[in-house]
Amino acid sequence: MSGNTSEQGIQSCGIYIPAQRISRKAVAQAHAWSMPSLRGLGRGARSFCSWDEDSITMAVEALRDCLRGEPAACNSLSFASTTAPFADLQNASIVARANNLPANTRTQDTSGGTRAGISTLITALHSASAGESLVVAADNRKTRPGSVQEMHYGAGAAAMRIGSDNTIARMLAAHSTNSEFVDHYRPQQGDYDYYWEERWIRDEGYLKIVPATINPLLEQAGIDASDIQHFCMPGYMPRIGATLAKRLGIASEAVVDNLAAEVGDTGTPQPLLMLALALSKAKPGEKILVVGFGAGCDALLLEATEAIVDYQQQRGPVNFNSNLPVVEHYNKLLAFQDMLDLDWGIRSETDNRVAMTQLYRAQDQITGFQAGVCPSCQAVQFPILSTCVKCGATEPMTRQPLADAPAKVATFTSDALQFYPSPPMYWGLVQFDNGARLLMEMIEVNPETFDTGSPLRMVYRIKQQDQQRGLHRYFWKAAPALATADQEGDA
Amino acid sequence: MKGIKDKVAIIGMGCTEFGERWDCGTEHLAAEAFSEALNDAGIEKDQIEAVWSGSALDAINVGNSAIPTAMALRLEGIPITRVENMCATGTEALRGAAYAVASGAVDFAMAIGVEKLKDTGYGGLPAPTKGTLNDLWFPYGSAPAGFAQLASGYRARYGTDRDELKRALAHVSWKSHQNGVSNPKAHLRKAIDMDTILGAPIIAEPLGLFDCCGVSDGAACAIVTTPEIARSLGKTNLVTIKALQLSLSAGRESATSDWDGSYVRNTRIAAQKAYTEADIKNPREELSMMEVHDCFSITELVTMEDLGISKDGEAVKDVLDGFYDADGGLPCQIDGGLKCFGHPIAASGLRMTYENYLQLLGRAGERQLADPRLGLSHNLGGVPYNGVAAISIVGRLEN
Repeated sequence: MSGNTSEQGIQSCGIYIPAQRISRKAVAQAHAWSMPSLRGLGRGARSFCSWDEDSITMAVEALRDCLRGEPAACNSLSFASTTAPFADLQNASIVARANNLPANTRTQDTSGGTRAGISTLITALHSASAGESLVVAADNRKTRPGSVQEMHYGAGAAAMRIGSDNTIARMLAAHSTNSEFVDHYRPQQGDYDYYWEERWIRDEGYLKIVPATINPLLEQAGIDASDIQHFCMPGYMPRIGATLAKRLGIASEAVVDNLAAEVGDTGTPQPLLMLALALSKAKPGEKILVVGFGAGCDALLLEATEAIVDYQQQRGPVNFNSNLPVVEHYNKLLAFQDMLDLDWGIRSETDNRVAMTQLYRAQDQITGFQAGVCPSCQAVQFPILSTCVKCGATEPMTRQPLADAPAKVATFTSDALQFYPSPPMYWGLVQFDNGARLLMEMIEVNPETFDTGSPLRMVYRIKQQDQQRGLHRYFWKAAPALATADQEGDA
Repeated sequence: MKGIKDKVAIIGMGCTEFGERWDCGTEHLAAEAFSEALNDAGIEKDQIEAVWSGSALDAINVGNSAIPTAMALRLEGIPITRVENMCATGTEALRGAAYAVASGAVDFAMAIGVEKLKDTGYGGLPAPTKGTLNDLWFPYGSAPAGFAQLASGYRARYGTDRDELKRALAHVSWKSHQNGVSNPKAHLRKAIDMDTILGAPIIAEPLGLFDCCGVSDGAACAIVTTPEIARSLGKTNLVTIKALQLSLSAGRESATSDWDGSYVRNTRIAAQKAYTEADIKNPREELSMMEVHDCFSITELVTMEDLGISKDGEAVKDVLDGFYDADGGLPCQIDGGLKCFGHPIAASGLRMTYENYLQLLGRAGERQLADPRLGLSHNLGGVPYNGVAAISIVGRLEN
């Protein structure tokens, strides 16, 4: 239990949801011969990672959304996930490098269950002495074909910036409990969750353990349940938030959308995603209660500050929508989760190991996506070689990040010949407004509207999977720029 | 520029039948081309003093170094240099041999290019590694997609209608298929109608199957000496090298905004240097024929402008007017080109020279042109924004 001992709070938040969404109806139809009961769950869509996304790439994007190009003077970055790609190689360090955080940022991974997202957030809020810190959570859980989880789970990431100045919501109190209540588990090397009967999970788990955590919290904070305006209660059971609200005396209007219709249950980031949604709507003084369930329970009580008004105006609404059409091919879900051994032909039989020595030498270029700037003629260029591409000067170049730099398509094609896990592969020359130019993969392309001159945004992705040793290549790709609110208004 | 105009004569050439040579490996292909060249030259094997041997994709050939060439041709105790400059390897090999003769270092030198592509197990080319740094960021694209970039750049610059460009590209391939029929050594000897070309599956937009050249096995070989020695051997009709130029990208196209994607800068640089070396003022009028690097139809189309034959933005019109057809103003790919003769990478530059050589000597059979004087070959390696352009011009030695 912790009370009003600190003024720590949330300064900003960011989210990332993969653009790939599978129609639940398509999933149910694929299993209609064997699991006809899934038909009842066949509504809406759920997010899933493209072949080139994982918890690291999603975390990078959520953190970018949180920071929005502001220099982060944070002392630490914690990355919470149950599906981080590496067991021993700090995943958080890659997330930090891709966001060009200062080299002296303390980075750590946290895990141990999907509650890790909110637990890590609470820990960061408690660490007042640590100064500003960052928490990012991401999960991309594999689901066994035909399982209820396959219908409910989604993929996504959320990030929070924590500090004591300019907070948009300050922590009032937090309370946690632990329990050996095993609603589901996944062993270290396991692919899928194993889970117990849903009625037991609801009645003995959620409906008992959550109130046993929230009630003492409210009591300590001196707040009545009816004072809660935003109740973030994750969980895939459709009415669990409403049921708990009723039981606790929280107003039904306070129940925050659990994203079931568009995204699904993302796991570790889910409480943070729902908190981000609440923060996009909360008015100053409103109370936000965020819960995380699993082998116990975490509950966090926040209060929106006056600063949230400007923040909301500046950021606009939180957008969970996708710019891609809903996927109707169930096989795509399986293929992108590496669960369908498709015959891609001999062309796919390449093995090209990452030279770790080279990656280390070029980490600012490859992971941080920084171009070189010639001190003599100021030409911005990628890659950074020893001699300027424009003027031939050989003085060491300074650095300029490209991830948020405006860019357009210079040339492109759709490549149907090269092996690519999501054919055809679009690629071509990307021209940055600052003068830099390089060949890049182009993703999420709509062939009807995509052409030379189309504006682009940069995203961090897996460039090539390493099936032999699991050391994937990560690099940046170009995707069509998202329409701004103004452009949408024009259309 | 001093250049080597008329300092080097080609006295013997050989070229295998190109195609899916399931019957033989790299060593056999090399020996086949070598044997024809040696017979044509009329010299003894031990008169050859130095060899430049080209092979591009070592992973599916016989490996690194020139030792496999020495083994295959049983050439003992002489300098043999392996050269590799992507698809321009064949011309690069010829340049080595020609410069050796022009320098006076040797009397007889040989260039050979050989490639065995059909031991991969699939169509198209393998995607080789581009070095440890580039592999960390460079898209792993196919060759047709690399060249298809030109189509988007060309459309953007000239506002060319997609369908009109597609028709011009189809005509490029249609013409080469027409020409390939009468070449007994060509890989693809079948005329294809325009509708079939236009309706073929897309490989890399806007390039369809018939916009892509044949992926072939083959070898080609040239033996060179000085005109004086050639005459001393009793040869009267001499074909000499008028120009041999190469140009390589140094990053300007792929890493700066100086290039708009509608042309190949290296071809323009190499062509201007070659015209200077050969003392050609008006290539559209002076050249009798051209063998250009039509790896893809779009490459040939922009090459017509890059060589200064069509004005910028007018290649589509010239192509559709039939200016480059066998009966047009300047026949191009009279042997079928890469499109139909085929494209065994390291052999292609020498194969182009082989056709010009045969035409100049009046030995081109059914496809013989009337009284050709100068033939240009254009051999392109890499991709439009990151590559090697090689131009060689050969012609009759006027007395």
